[in-house]
Amino acid sequence: MEDEEAMEAEISGKLNSVSVGALRCMQCGICSSSCPSGRHTSLNIRKIVKIAGKNSDILDNEELWMCTTCYNCHERCPRGIDIVDILLKIRAVAAQSGRILPEHRQVCKMLLECGHAVPINDTNKTKRTEIGLEEMPETVHKYKDGLEEVKKLMTSCGFDELIMQNEGENRA
Amino acid sequence: MKGLSLFLGCLVPNRYPGIEMATKLCLAKMDIDCVDLPGASCCPAPGVFRSFDRTTWLTLASRNIVLSEQMDRNMLTICNGCFSTLEDANRTIKEDDIVKEDINEHLAKVGKEIKGDIDVRHIIEYFYQEYGPEKISSYVERQLDIRVAVHYGCHLIKPTKDRGLGGFERPTFFDELVTALGATSVEYPDKVACCGAGGGVRSAMKERSLKMTEAKLAKIKETGVDCIVNSCPFCHMQLDSGQDEIKELAGTEFEIPVLHYTQLLGLALGFPAEMIGIDTGIEKNRKLMDLLDSQMDS
Ligand code: SF4
Ligand code: SF4
Repeated sequence: MEDEEAMEAEISGKLNSVSVGALRCMQCGICSSSCPSGRHTSLNIRKIVKIAGKNSDILDNEELWMCTTCYNCHERCPRGIDIVDILLKIRAVAAQSGRILPEHRQVCKMLLECGHAVPINDTNKTKRTEIGLEEMPETVHKYKDGLEEVKKLMTSCGFDELIMQNEGENRA
Repeated sequence: MKGLSLFLGCLVPNRYPGIEMATKLCLAKMDIDCVDLPGASCCPAPGVFRSFDRTTWLTLASRNIVLSEQMDRNMLTICNGCFSTLEDANRTIKEDDIVKEDINEHLAKVGKEIKGDIDVRHIIEYFYQEYGPEKISSYVERQLDIRVAVHYGCHLIKPTKDRGLGGFERPTFFDELVTALGATSVEYPDKVACCGAGGGVRSAMKERSLKMTEAKLAKIKETGVDCIVNSCPFCHMQLDSGQDEIKELAGTEFEIPVLHYTQLLGLALGFPAEMIGIDTGIEKNRKLMDLLDSQMDS
């Protein structure tokens, strides 16, 4: 119980500190009216800026993941708020507390396994040779010691733990 | 000026090898000193990985940059996402010694160290700034008299304070590189709008991401063009495979050919379509090539 409370406190502390810039917001709505995603999804970036840092419910808000990071809002905000930076930091708090969408976890596993988010497949090996390229590109796909380095670095940064550890208790 | 190393990323070599080939053929034909970058990994992609853990994202990006530093070459990207990650990471390392030290502690475990002594370039801004449209047109062997919808994508120009390529509302540099090949760059509504794929939206919420794509494609279709030209394989995928996906989901057909700039340039430099990954087995692409061929005859 105490652990949980401590964790909650830590999370709200983090949210608070990453969202300081959002306090300058005057709720003019220029961000949401510039948002290509908001026209087609439920994403309301003005609201996200409003509640950023104030309430940890935001971590379970699906809208966090509807932003394409196009930077329109960020560029146009008259208060100069770095909206995308704040949003990405909130996403990081969400991910670090286990809220990772299954599709995103899958992409992360690809990186952990192959050093590529989108690895090669047979169709594209054939396509490569048909146009005169080598079957394997000059990347970690071909250089296994390079791949080992990438894996070591991900372990060093704790990325494998982040992705594998809280699998199953996916709350996103 | 330093020579270049070609950073491939994931989508180009693993899904659009034609773009890799087009890039290599064009650079060679233009006598640009650019070599392979052996052993690079995913940049890593800014949408998902930067969202999850900034240290991992920076560390892997730095390892890629080190590979190019070791060759004493600037890095050339052909993808807006790779550019965003590598340019961001490189600038952070150059500006922030504390971050640099932290990243170097990780890199030391694989015997590497980032110095921060090279630049990361995107092929579009590289062509524009180092060559310019006039010089580019001097290489053209085949004038492409077609109507093109230029798609800048987001991360080539934004955030503008970091990219330094001017404002994002009405950029012209990419259009100028397209007109340099004999084509007309057509204005269309919401031209700088996002393709819909970025930020991990395509991977986790495909249908919603395609709504944005559909809106963009509809405006391009209304305007009437012969093809879309982009600077990013991720936008390329969203705008191209997206057309098939939208057809399946909503029944809407667009039939607009989609080319990466290096493929358009490849055609202008005289390379055959098939060699640079323009599949003429697909009807819309064949129509585009027929149009170009008819110009050759006349
Ligand atoms: S544009 Fe800036 S100031 Fe206006 S509502 Fe959005 S975040 Fe707030
Ligand atoms: S960066 Fe995200 S929230 Fe801002 S305008 Fe683009 S899609 Fe909307």
